[in-house]
Amino acid sequence: MNTVSATSFLASKKLTLSDPDWVRYALIGLSLSIIGLFLILPLLTVLIEAFAKGWTAYSASLTHPDALAAMRLTLLVAVVTVPLTTMFGVSAAWAIARFDFRGKSLLITLIDLPFSVSPVIAGLVYVLIFGAQGWLGPWFSAHDIKIIFAVPGIILATLFVTFPFVARELIPLMQEIGHEEEEAALSLGASGWQTFFKVTMPNVKWGLLNGVLLCNARAMGEFGAVSVVSGHIRGLTNTLPLHVEVSYNEYDFVGSFAGASVLAALAVVTLVFKTVLEWKQNQELKATRQAVE
Amino acid sequence: MSISVNHISKHFGAFTALDNISLDIPEGELVALLGPSGCGKTTLLRIIAGLEQADQGDVFLKGDKVTDKPVKSRQIGFVFQHYALFRHMTVFDNVAFGLKVKPRRERLSNEVIAKKVHALLELVQLDWLHDRYPDQLSGGQRQRIALARALAVEPSVLLLDEPFGALDASVRKDLRQWLRNLHHDLNVTSIFVTHDQEEAMEVASQVVVLNHGRIEQQGAPGDIYDHPANAFVSRFIGQTNVFDLDEHDADWLQTAGLSTAQQKGKIAHVRPHDIVIEKSTAGTDTFVTLKDWQHLGSLIRIELVKSGANGQVASVYAEMPNDQFRRLQLNRGDKVELRIRHAHWFH
Repeated sequence: MNTVSATSFLASKKLTLSDPDWVRYALIGLSLSIIGLFLILPLLTVLIEAFAKGWTAYSASLTHPDALAAMRLTLLVAVVTVPLTTMFGVSAAWAIARFDFRGKSLLITLIDLPFSVSPVIAGLVYVLIFGAQGWLGPWFSAHDIKIIFAVPGIILATLFVTFPFVARELIPLMQEIGHEEEEAALSLGASGWQTFFKVTMPNVKWGLLNGVLLCNARAMGEFGAVSVVSGHIRGLTNTLPLHVEVSYNEYDFVGSFAGASVLAALAVVTLVFKTVLEWKQNQELKATRQAVE
Repeated sequence: MSISVNHISKHFGAFTALDNISLDIPEGELVALLGPSGCGKTTLLRIIAGLEQADQGDVFLKGDKVTDKPVKSRQIGFVFQHYALFRHMTVFDNVAFGLKVKPRRERLSNEVIAKKVHALLELVQLDWLHDRYPDQLSGGQRQRIALARALAVEPSVLLLDEPFGALDASVRKDLRQWLRNLHHDLNVTSIFVTHDQEEAMEVASQVVVLNHGRIEQQGAPGDIYDHPANAFVSRFIGQTNVFDLDEHDADWLQTAGLSTAQQKGKIAHVRPHDIVIEKSTAGTDTFVTLKDWQHLGSLIRIELVKSGANGQVASVYAEMPNDQFRRLQLNRGDKVELRIRHAHWFH
């Protein structure tokens, strides 16, 4: 019985969704060749160029003090911005999903602003505010605080471009889940924090992790906004993406592509993590579904 | 009084959800807040729980003023309409939640908690499901787990928001009886919200009828049915036929045996079972014909058509036991005579 209904179901599905073979193969072929041409090939080129002068040159350029400084700075930026963005994202999502207030839709639009604005403008805005000729620049330099062409500026610019990642993931999720479970926790005597950590967090953890992962990838890879505020001071204000550019401009191709290979590896790691996350989430879903049947 | 609300008002923008409500509920009662949707019953329940703040008025639980207390310190058990079970926790952890979040010095040991949770799960007859997740339960099972979870913290009052609203008709019937028995055993003052008058009458010991943010009547189910305070309650609770004297029903009502001389209003409400049908004997004047009937189990619901003196046609509903109807041997289209045994008069 079962097999019969299954096959007839498949057959009917085939009928409604049947494109001619050549359409299918053309579409699949097109997608694969675009991915190969624009994604795989460049990645291979990065590796080929990085190892063009052999392993020693590769490792030497990666252990060069400037390269190490760039990696350290990139890590520092990520370590500072990711928690801040996460905190912002969680509180913004909380506010938007839980409360009704004037200007709520405006806030949602504003959260998206960094996505729609060119990162260069983001950097420029900070230069205009904190730069030597900016609004607050003179005050800061009078107090001997450097923001532009220094690490704080880089962090601020990175914060700007990574703002939406966590919030965007959480807002629809929290809106969908609603707040009945939280009300239930409160009615059972839980405090606000207990409710947050024991009820809210477990419900949104996959979305949150996903947002944090994407945010981290962007924080480490951001170029435009950081480029404007950094000043490209070798060993001091060069992040890894900037280090790649600077080396390239100085015809240090091995150094440049070696840096690029690290960034590429980072992207791969991010993708792997993301896949694992999705897989785990599916496993969890499947586990509960299966037990129902 | 176990639960008292004093002059509670609540507005949502221009909409008045509750209009100066005062209500006293004695210890141990099982009270139904009954009303059509939008009448403010859920809002009132949420205000008592502390999930919503009233614009005006005070809430007292066991004599303590709790108006400004947050929900977590009101010692209430709340059962949500859609259960709101914690989806990432097992049934056991759901029920244990309220015991585990207590401050350390009040918290019971894990063994005592486990014992208590299993006892509660046995009370709701679902201990065998203790390691399942809410997704794996049926609606009726979730409802009972939600109830066990609310009872775990030993609430001084139990509040239930449309407890049977999301269940199948057959499950609902069983759960109603079960809730009534459970309340009888535990004797914790309980309020439940419902829009289903049958449910309110069947389960509650006291019914509070709400409409447009006001209390229309409060009383035992029988009182409310037999002595509705006004036309709204009379229409809302059970079936009723409405006869308006301004529309020339007076003569007819008199021929049906209802004296309009001692009338206390202009509108008569007559319950279907207060109408007696007799087969029309030849020669008598009657304007009523039998149109159709439906079987309601032990009762027959009879649809009659009354044509008034000025050609108006109106439907009248009557009810009588099955065997009595069979004895009358009536067919569709037969002329019948009516006798009205009792009516409620309203202005």
